[in-house]
Formats: sequence, C-alpha cells, structure tokens
Amino acid sequence: MKKVQFKSSYSQYFFLAPQLLILLIFLYWPIIQTFRDAFTIQDAFGFGSYFAGFENFKFIFTDPSYFTAFKFTIIYSFVITLITGSIGLLLAVQANSVLHGKNVYKTLLIWPYAIAPAVVGVMANYFFSERFGLLYHLFNNIWGFNWYENVFDAYIYVVIAGSWKQISANFIFFLAGLQAIQKTVIEASIIDCKSSIRRFWTITFPLLMPTTFFLIIINITYSFFDTFGIIDTTTIGAPGSETKTLVYKAYIDGFKGLDLGSAGAQSIMMMLIVLVITIFQFRYIEGKIHYN
Amino acid sequence: MNKITFSFSHLILFSGLLLMIVPVWVIFASSTHTSLFINTNGLQFILGDSFLENYSRVLFKTSGFFQEITALNMFINSFIMATGIATLSVGTSLMAAYGLVYYRVKYSSFFFWLIFITLLVPLELRIMPTYEIMSKLNLLNSYTGLILPISASAIATFFFRQFYKSVPDELLESAKLDGANSWKFFIDFLVPLSKTMIAAVFIFMFVFGYNQYLWPLIMTTTEQYWTVVMGLKTMYGSISHRFAFVIMSMIPPVLIIIFLQRWFIQGIFQDK
Repeated sequence: MKKVQFKSSYSQYFFLAPQLLILLIFLYWPIIQTFRDAFTIQDAFGFGSYFAGFENFKFIFTDPSYFTAFKFTIIYSFVITLITGSIGLLLAVQANSVLHGKNVYKTLLIWPYAIAPAVVGVMANYFFSERFGLLYHLFNNIWGFNWYENVFDAYIYVVIAGSWKQISANFIFFLAGLQAIQKTVIEASIIDCKSSIRRFWTITFPLLMPTTFFLIIINITYSFFDTFGIIDTTTIGAPGSETKTLVYKAYIDGFKGLDLGSAGAQSIMMMLIVLVITIFQFRYIEGKIHYN
Repeated sequence: MNKITFSFSHLILFSGLLLMIVPVWVIFASSTHTSLFINTNGLQFILGDSFLENYSRVLFKTSGFFQEITALNMFINSFIMATGIATLSVGTSLMAAYGLVYYRVKYSSFFFWLIFITLLVPLELRIMPTYEIMSKLNLLNSYTGLILPISASAIATFFFRQFYKSVPDELLESAKLDGANSWKFFIDFLVPLSKTMIAAVFIFMFVFGYNQYLWPLIMTTTEQYWTVVMGLKTMYGSISHRFAFVIMSMIPPVLIIIFLQRWFIQGIFQDK
C-alpha cells in the first residue's frame, strides 16, 4: 500500500460510491436472490414456494445429467488448455526466433482474440453442418464422423470451435513472456548447451512458468464461462446433452426449464469452483512477489 | 543448418496464419456469391461478384433478413451498448480504485473485498435473478438495461488499482506541498498520468461490451434493441446474407485490435 495517503474523510465515499452502487444493485442483489432460490423449492404450478434446506443441492448431486455436464466441463477445459497452450507456445517460440516479419506474423496471429465466441460458433457451424460443412465431409470420409449422433465426434466439434480463437490469446501472452526473458540469460545458455531443443526445455520453459500458470487459469476460466456462446451456437448440447457445460446446463435448467431452485444451486456450486481457482491464483501472485 | 531451422520457423508460423485466416476467408468468399450458387455448390474459396448486392441488402433492407431491423441499426445498438459499458465502467473504476489506493481508513479492506469478490461471479452465474430484477425495475428492452448489468464489473478497477500502485509516492507528496486536496490531485495529476491506461481499459471494455451475447439475447424481446452479436442467433434469411452478416459482425473488434494492438497490449501489461 501507499505510504503517503489521504486521511479518511467523506470524500473517500464519494469516490467509491458510484461503483459500489452499481455493484450493490446489479451484482449483490442478484447474488442474494440466487442464494434464496438455491434454498427454496417452488411449487410446480407456481402457487408458492417453501424453504427447502439443501434439497436442491441433494437433487443435483443425485442427478446423473449434472455429472455428465461436470465430466464434460472438466474434459473440455483440460483439452482446450492443452491444445491452445501448446499451439500458442509453439507459435510464440517461432515468432520470437525469426528475424524478419515478426510484426507481420504477430498482427496476423492475434486478431481472432477479439472475436466473440458466439461469432466463432456460428462460423464453426457452417464448417460442421451436414449440408455445406467442409470439415464435416472431410472427417466423415475418413472415419464416418457424425456429431449429430456420436458423442466423441461432438466433442471434436466443440473442441475445435472452442480452441480456435483461444490459440491467439495463448500466443500473445507466451510471446510477451518470451520477450521479457533477459537476452544475457539466453546468450549464456547458448555457450553451455548446443542443442536448441534441450536449451528450450531446461532454460526457457522454466523461465516461462509464471506465464504458463497464468494462462492455465485464463484457459480454464474461458472454457468454463466464455464457451457459453460457442455451445449455444454449435451443438446446443447434442447429441443428447453430452456437450453441455455446467454453465450452459444451469442456464437451460433455469431459463428454459424454469427450475430456479436447481439453477440457483448449480450457480452456487460454480461460484465455489471459481473460488478455489481464485485462491490458487492469489497464491501464485504472492509467490511471484517473493521471487522479485 | 541455421538456414534449415530458419525456414522451419517460417513454415510453422505460416501454417499458424493459414489456420487463423482460411476459415474466415472461406466465409468471406462465400458471402460474395448468390445464395442459389452456394446452395448448389457449397462453400467457396474464390470470390464471386455479388459482394455489393449482398452486403448492401443486409445493411440497409429490413425484409427477408430480420423482420423490422436492419444490420445497420443493430450496429448502432451495439455501439451504444459498448460505449455505454466502456464509459461507465472506466469512470466508476477510475474513481473506485483511487478511493481504495489513496485513502487510509479502517474500512478499506472491507471495501476492497466488497469490490473484488465480485470477480468470482460472472454474469452467466446470475443471469436468471438479474433478469427478474431488471424486469422489476422496468428496464427490459432499453439501452440502460443493456448497459448497467454488464458494467457491474471490477475488472477495470483491478487494472487501475495495479496502475496507481506503481505511481511513485513522491507525486502525492509534492502535490500535497502545493496544497492540492484529494479531488484536485485526482483530476490534475492522476487522471492525466493515467491517459494510456484509461485508453487501453476503455478499448478492452468496449470490445468486451460489443461481444456480449447472452444478456442481450434474453433481455431484448423487441427487435428495436437487438445487437449484432446476439443477432447471429436469431437471424434467418438466405445463406449468403447470413455469411455477410457474420463477416460484418467481426469487423469492429478485429479492426480495433489490429490498429491499436501496441497501445492495447502496452496498457494491459504495464503492471507486469
């Protein structure tokens, strides 16, 4: 914290008030409502509701479709993190090593980062439709690809759609991480070790660990939340509901199924998951301060 | 040996470029053909000659694509929403971060947590209750309703707080010697100093606002308030018009990131 500060006065509340006001009305009020929903069961005919304790939570834990969504979300975030991280790292290392055209490559590789997931999903939709889909027919000729019926094929579809723009994000951050490594360290390592591949894994990659860790968190958060627009414009959970993420399932149950209790309980479970991720993140930031 | 590894790098980077550009190119090329041609021949790699016809139809005509709204009006709605979100969140966050960093009070850590714990609850997790509340407040189908719930975010506050913490203490000391009060210090010293950061966060929030999908989708029931990104879900009409709309929808954020990338990345990385 700052050593020199202003003394407490009403002017502090003046600076904090606008944001706090918006957060209270549009964030805290809905959150309180979510908790209220999660511990309430509404009469199926809308005649009334009663306090239900942990009934809604018990319900989602005994519901096989919740575990299907849970399993899919874990697999999905793991695969997206792995694919986008490795391709992003590969491209960043190459872009950092070339002498000519570095900026051209950089510009032409980062723009997909700005595109909304829903737009990417609509585009992917055209490549995977039975009618026009170039990729649908390519894969179909190789192994009989059909995401409308086959769960594994549907996984491939949403993984490709979900990974595409996230490669750019990984590329940007890895490139920034590589450029932050001091030249003298790399020069010294060239003298000690001739193999450039070994040099990468023993010197450069360990130095990139903070960036890697940061990107794992970013990619997991992306797979949990931002892929909503992708699922909603591609499979909508098809073949059955095997490609619904936890967030997508909560939305469908709440908004389409009008089961507010279940949706509320699912939202609170997600908040707990995000809380755990955030605690990890904070620990990492603290660790980084010690290094410096 | 050196020459081989050199061209190997270019080969990989070039494949990366193709991976990013080809999908968009195919949709763009297909959007310049007539729907009849696409329906019989599938997606196209080579440009056709219906570019002007398709794009002007989508931008300016209402019938056959959406019922009452043209793509141009949807762009206007998206820009109003994105500008509103960026302005409101930059304004409130700039002030809130100042209140957190430059004041010494016993409740500071309480306010800190009150603001930053909200990062744990993305809009997707509170979408149902937010909808109920907005309908109680009579804000469905309005620009205010599109803007406010998305602006309730502490991301920008986080960026500004990091930035203020990197500002040297001497600045406030000398300002105090000159007799500046907290308001004067904020307006005359800190805001001018944060210009690059403000611009970067504004752009970041603008793209964030423009790309909103779920919230506009559920809160607008009349076409008058439809935005571009949500419109992708609801559009119908002939296939090459839809391709044209998809291509147009990605132009604003992509142009922003290409032209302002150095500025943008610099601003966001300043704290690293």
